[in-house]
Amino acid sequence: MSQPTIRVLIAKPGLDGHDRGAKVIARALRDAGMEVIYTGLRQTPEMIAEAALQEDVHVVGLSILSGAHMALVPRVVELLRAQGQGQVHLFVGGIIPDEDLPKLKALGVEDVFGPGASTQTIAARVRQAAEGRAPSPGP
Amino acid sequence: MSHPVELVQAVREGQRLALARLLSLIENEQPQGEAALSQLYPLTGRAYIVGVTGAPGTGKSSLVNEIAKALRAKIYPGLHASRPPGVAIVAVDPTSPFSGGAILGDRIRMRDLAGDAGVFVRSMASRGSLGGLAHTTSSVADALDAAGFEVVLIETVGAGQAEVDIARHAHTTLVIESPGMGDDIQAIKAGILEIADILVVNKADLPGAENAVRVLRAALDMAGNVGGAEAGWQVPILQAVATTGQGVQTVVESLLRHREYLQASGLWRERGQRRVAAALEARLRDRLAERWHAAQPDGRYRDILARIVRRELSPAVAVQEMLEDEPAPDAVERHPAERAGARR
Repeated sequence: MSQPTIRVLIAKPGLDGHDRGAKVIARALRDAGMEVIYTGLRQTPEMIAEAALQEDVHVVGLSILSGAHMALVPRVVELLRAQGQGQVHLFVGGIIPDEDLPKLKALGVEDVFGPGASTQTIAARVRQAAEGRAPSPGP
Repeated sequence: MSHPVELVQAVREGQRLALARLLSLIENEQPQGEAALSQLYPLTGRAYIVGVTGAPGTGKSSLVNEIAKALRAKIYPGLHASRPPGVAIVAVDPTSPFSGGAILGDRIRMRDLAGDAGVFVRSMASRGSLGGLAHTTSSVADALDAAGFEVVLIETVGAGQAEVDIARHAHTTLVIESPGMGDDIQAIKAGILEIADILVVNKADLPGAENAVRVLRAALDMAGNVGGAEAGWQVPILQAVATTGQGVQTVVESLLRHREYLQASGLWRERGQRRVAAALEARLRDRLAERWHAAQPDGRYRDILARIVRRELSPAVAVQEMLEDEPAPDAVERHPAERAGARR
């Protein structure tokens, strides 16, 4: 096996209960041949970071529709780095105002996908990011 | 941590990221993972390995969550003398045969376990295996055993009738049913009921639970209790409601009783041996097939396959030919390189 299967964590941090988008993305990434760990609703940043660690994922996708992204994303980034997973690629999807995009990217978010983004584009971006990582998920 | 020795050291020190990486290396069948696991192997053989299986939607993940919570809630002297046992969970979900992808959703039901450093949850995709487990699940369980978890819970793919691999890989097999899953004929078919050491009717608050228990009891009695297979263990049929935790403590006590029974009767060792034998045999089979493929001239396998498809050759005769190292006559015509071998 030259490239290990890409493992992605799809998580919904915060309190909004709309997970349709997260499920559509999970399904699309599955259909693109990835292993998608889906954690369900109302996850804290701590729960997300812990799951990312135990599952040793290449990519974390956060779905946020609540408007709390500027509080939640920095915390997830901070926790991932603190546990030695700074190399994990982070994507954000949901309702994100344009003026926050540069701020999120400055935090290290790879890309942000809003309504209307095609699932093919998202899968392609995720693959590209994940495969930029060393072929072995080596320690 | 790039070297197996460092990785092994970090895993032994209880570093969770190192453990997670080791599990990936094992799952991806990378040489570093095999090397590290070989070094850790002397530390294995201590954990209590429990398989949890049952049809999709019976509540396996929810019950595993509750069992882990109950185990973590107090000290069980048989598992660890002075603290609650460490619990590792391996949850297997199916890989899509079309895309090779998978959705691993067992964590959704296990959110209660977040934040507990004595718990480690790992999701695995079955990656083409059909027995309800992934090919490397057993090795992943070994790594968690070596990392010091006293209990390893393995949750299978939602299983139907034939996904019985788990029984070869666990000390105790818990089979989960729920009310309304089928009549008494379903219950006397061969397969999943036969591997149960403990049966749990989950969702026992739904109508039909009593009936499900009765049907299962009748089926087990009729079979002379083949499930537990051994005299001295009566397969208990328990009721639980995983969403409220009702009946879960009884399930945990039953698990521990089965563990004691295994140890007292010598079956602990026997099942451990069965587990090792299953893993050894699978590995041997893989390596032999790999070696065979590597030793073949290019295209021979494809040619033989084509002849089988054209019905010129039966699979049985084909395998005979393949193992005799005697290239099939057609293949000789097509591959001059093979003639030397054929003339030998």
